[in-house]
Amino acid sequence: MTALGKDLIGLEYLSAEQIELILDTAEPFKEVSERPIKKVPALRGKTIVNLFFEASTRTRISFEFAEKRLSADTVNVAAQGSSVQKGETLVDTARNLEAMRIDMVVIRHQSSGAAQFLAQRIRSNVINAGDGKHEHPTQGLLDLLTLRDRFGRIRGLKVAIVGDVLHSRVARSNIWGLLKLGAEVAVCGPATLLPRKIEELGVTVLPRVEDAIQWADALNVLRLQLERMQAGFIPSLREYNRVFGVTTERLARAPKDLVILHPGPMNRGVEIDSDVADGPHSVILPQVTNGVAVRMAVLYLLAGGSPDWAQAAGRGEER
Amino acid sequence: MPTRTLLLDDRAIGRALARMASEIVERCGGTDDLVLIGIQRRGVELAERLKQLIDRAEGARVPVGKMDITLYRDDLQVVGPRPVVGETSLPNLDGKTVVIVDDVLYTGRTVRAALDECADFGRPRRILLCVLIDRGGRELPIRADIVGATVNTVDSDRVDVLVRELDGRDAVELVRSG
Repeated sequence: MTALGKDLIGLEYLSAEQIELILDTAEPFKEVSERPIKKVPALRGKTIVNLFFEASTRTRISFEFAEKRLSADTVNVAAQGSSVQKGETLVDTARNLEAMRIDMVVIRHQSSGAAQFLAQRIRSNVINAGDGKHEHPTQGLLDLLTLRDRFGRIRGLKVAIVGDVLHSRVARSNIWGLLKLGAEVAVCGPATLLPRKIEELGVTVLPRVEDAIQWADALNVLRLQLERMQAGFIPSLREYNRVFGVTTERLARAPKDLVILHPGPMNRGVEIDSDVADGPHSVILPQVTNGVAVRMAVLYLLAGGSPDWAQAAGRGEER
Repeated sequence: MPTRTLLLDDRAIGRALARMASEIVERCGGTDDLVLIGIQRRGVELAERLKQLIDRAEGARVPVGKMDITLYRDDLQVVGPRPVVGETSLPNLDGKTVVIVDDVLYTGRTVRAALDECADFGRPRRILLCVLIDRGGRELPIRADIVGATVNTVDSDRVDVLVRELDGRDAVELVRSG
């Protein structure tokens, strides 16, 4: 039984089989985006609200493309310019949307746990598009899909997550997903930007970026969240680049060619050099392409909805 | 206990396919602008075999595509998403005579979905439907142009088309719940 249930909150709550189901379902959706008419009618008549309480370009547009290519009707609500600014609570906002008969909510929120909180209070499907420092499951999934495309497998891969792990929901979703599918995971960054006891998740801590480059098959380079750097986590951006930057010189000393991932938006010259980001081993743009396919797969699987679909789908071939 | 009755064995399927292949060429007036499209799953294998029969008889090279109509179905809410959506890869359809190939024609809903999907890929000059088994029970005004065999069934029956490539042998079986 590998149905997804009502919501997608995080990869922590999915089984390996459920994650693989999403990745396998994403494969045919890649092709939909290559068609002359990039649209299939699977979600015709479904209404989806993209509720974004935090700035986002890539994720919001990617979700919107995914929704539109499945023929869903979409509405975007940003916190700025909505009644959230007038003090309306998250639940009231969502309940009011639900009263207009929507089917799904895609939520991005600055508070960890916001997606779960909402999912327990409304009947619509809820998809987490990033909640605080908790999870960003569709980013984790698209990273997994991109790695699987490159290596043909996840099991046994060595993936190092480099940078600001402390603030990163991308890191957490990657760690859960990679470990469940049998990869080895290391994290690497300044001690101030690594959560305490992160080893308890089952990852290795590598203190130096050179060690990560020696060890890994792939590097997932996190964005240094400049907006959160006021609290003195690092001395300066230049210092960070000098000690932890993923640079051409450092990669030249790697025993093999590393695949480079970055969730975007990049700070070129801080956590990653331009030559690396634009280099032959960067899969940063394939990540973006896969993002649409993975989100289409999640929307499609959640929209099916009914808990006994697995048995129903097993009914004979002829229809 | 459900009972299985053999409707067509491998030789009967071979004869049916040979006749269907020549009927396709006849009805299309040759192989110019002819395109075969197999519907996932068993239709893909049948289309490939028809292509080989036509190619051999006519000295032609007929383009063949495959289509998964899952995302065009109208019953996502009823049966939920299918576990894995198959591959769709189609040659150019504009101005072509397209023959849609499937194993069993039943309600007609698959064909309705396939016609919609075709329209999103191009504008064929003409579309024909070719099925190995017509089991009746249509819920839509759709008929097949070329049929391997017609079988009378009731709703609770199942018609299993088995093909060498996927099932190890060629056979058509009627499964009647009893």
